Amino acid sequence: MIPASFDYSAPETLSEALQLLGDEEAKVLAGGQSLIPMLKLRLAQPARLVDLDRIPDLNFIAEDNGTIRIGAMTTHHQVESSDLLAEKCPLLAKTAGHIGDVQVRNRGTIGGSVAHADPAADYPAALLALEAQVKLVSASGERVVALDEFLVDALTTSLEDGEILTEVHVPVEQEGVATAYRTLIQPASGFAIVGAAVRLGVSNGNVSFVRVALTGVGPNPYRASAVEEALEGGPANAEAFAAAAAHAAEGVDVLSDIHASAAYRASLAAVQTRRALEDAAGSA
Amino acid sequence: MDISVTVNDERFERSVEPRRLLVHFLREDLGLTGTHIGCETTVCGACTVMLEGRTVKSCTVLAVQADGKEITTIEGMASNGELHAVQEAFWNEHGLQCGFCTPGMIMSVDQLLNDQPSPTKDEIRHGIEGNLCRCTGYQHIVNAVEAAAKAKAGA
Ligand SMILES: Cc1cc2nc3c(=O)[nH]c(=O)nc-3n(C[C@H](O)[C@H](O)[C@H](O)COP(=O)(O)OP(=O)(O)OC[C@H]3O[C@@H](n4cnc5c(N)ncnc54)[C@H](O)[C@@H]3O)c2cc1C
Ligand code: FES
Ligand code: FES
Repeated sequence: MIPASFDYSAPETLSEALQLLGDEEAKVLAGGQSLIPMLKLRLAQPARLVDLDRIPDLNFIAEDNGTIRIGAMTTHHQVESSDLLAEKCPLLAKTAGHIGDVQVRNRGTIGGSVAHADPAADYPAALLALEAQVKLVSASGERVVALDEFLVDALTTSLEDGEILTEVHVPVEQEGVATAYRTLIQPASGFAIVGAAVRLGVSNGNVSFVRVALTGVGPNPYRASAVEEALEGGPANAEAFAAAAAHAAEGVDVLSDIHASAAYRASLAAVQTRRALEDAAGSA
Repeated sequence: MDISVTVNDERFERSVEPRRLLVHFLREDLGLTGTHIGCETTVCGACTVMLEGRTVKSCTVLAVQADGKEITTIEGMASNGELHAVQEAFWNEHGLQCGFCTPGMIMSVDQLLNDQPSPTKDEIRHGIEGNLCRCTGYQHIVNAVEAAAKAKAGA
């Protein structure tokens, strides 16, 4: 399997990369773990690839003022093994370890995963539960948008032509909030059929803070607000978790494919959500 | 495009098309056929090599992405006629049958033991998730990894 011909540039600065992307037929290359398979299948046939790998300031994990900024070219492996994230944003580190296999995690990047917007990608569940933002830079300026505004539909984002996603922003995890990520994977690909990410704070036996987000269920990963509303302020026990988790796929246009029918997926969404809530409560 | 790649400590300068996959560059341009092609679709791990010290599926890396970088393939594992500890352990523990997956498997195991010198059985299976073997059922591979870990700890 051989891709169609293309030109290749590996700029060393962001401004050079933005200039090269001015050409409409050009496409960004990050870790290549989604794009190269698509080039081989000729599902993508860009005239030019602009490789971001040699731009040094796109690979970092830094904390300032309660926000952790992660450079777009930071690999899944770097996120998974970051001491800073393990301590201050464990949900994200945990989630990275669920992606694909070791070789894919060594190459694939957080920016690439978010920009690719696969409806079953692992990161979006954690990032939506974290209310993450992404920074987008173009030749004419930059903007920071919430992830739920960035993800528009399956494989579709609000990234404009000529824009590069340069950073992902997540908050430092709050004191007393425990997190969990649960998935049922499709064993051949390692992708999640359904994945549920939870952040849970409990005080005096009641839920004081809760964020729940799911991936793999619908055309887009989403915040399960109905689950959150059912839990907020109420008791943090198994019964309440099960009752709230039943709302996990509420209002969602549930996907159906050879791996899981819509009814099975909706049921999995509830089960994985309940288990993630229990995991988080157990580790609180 | 002209590229310069260091493979197993030897520098190679070649001209390649940007679309050339690293695995084809290694096998066809450099004649290093120890790296195998199983699926060509990023699934099987037979094509695993180290790029800058981390394992990658070389069917899913462009040769131009390796420009200026260092690669280790299975041919670079033995030194001075002596098998690498991981190779020795696969030999002793019958960690292979047909051997097709073995070059990629050895690269993944080498990285696993560098990251985690004494992995549990579960950690071993997690660490070789990206490498498929159609013959062994993995049990002898897991045994070989445990043997290699012990040998390396004793060395
Ligand atoms: C065998 C296998 C198993 C996998 N399993 C999983 C899994 O279980 N869970 C999971 O979540 N993912 C999985 N993946 C996908 C993997 O996480 C990819 O790494 C990720 O989706 C893409 O990141 P990348 O850096 O490789 O991007 P690339 O493949 O280089 O790019 C992907 C797309 O994003 C665009 N892009 C990349 N970076 C930017 C940027 N900074 N700004 C703007 N656009 C950009 C590219 O133009 C391209 O369209 C798997 C992949 C493989 C091959
Ligand atoms: S040949 Fe590269 S993963 Fe199978
Ligand atoms: S030994 Fe035959 S595929 Fe592994």
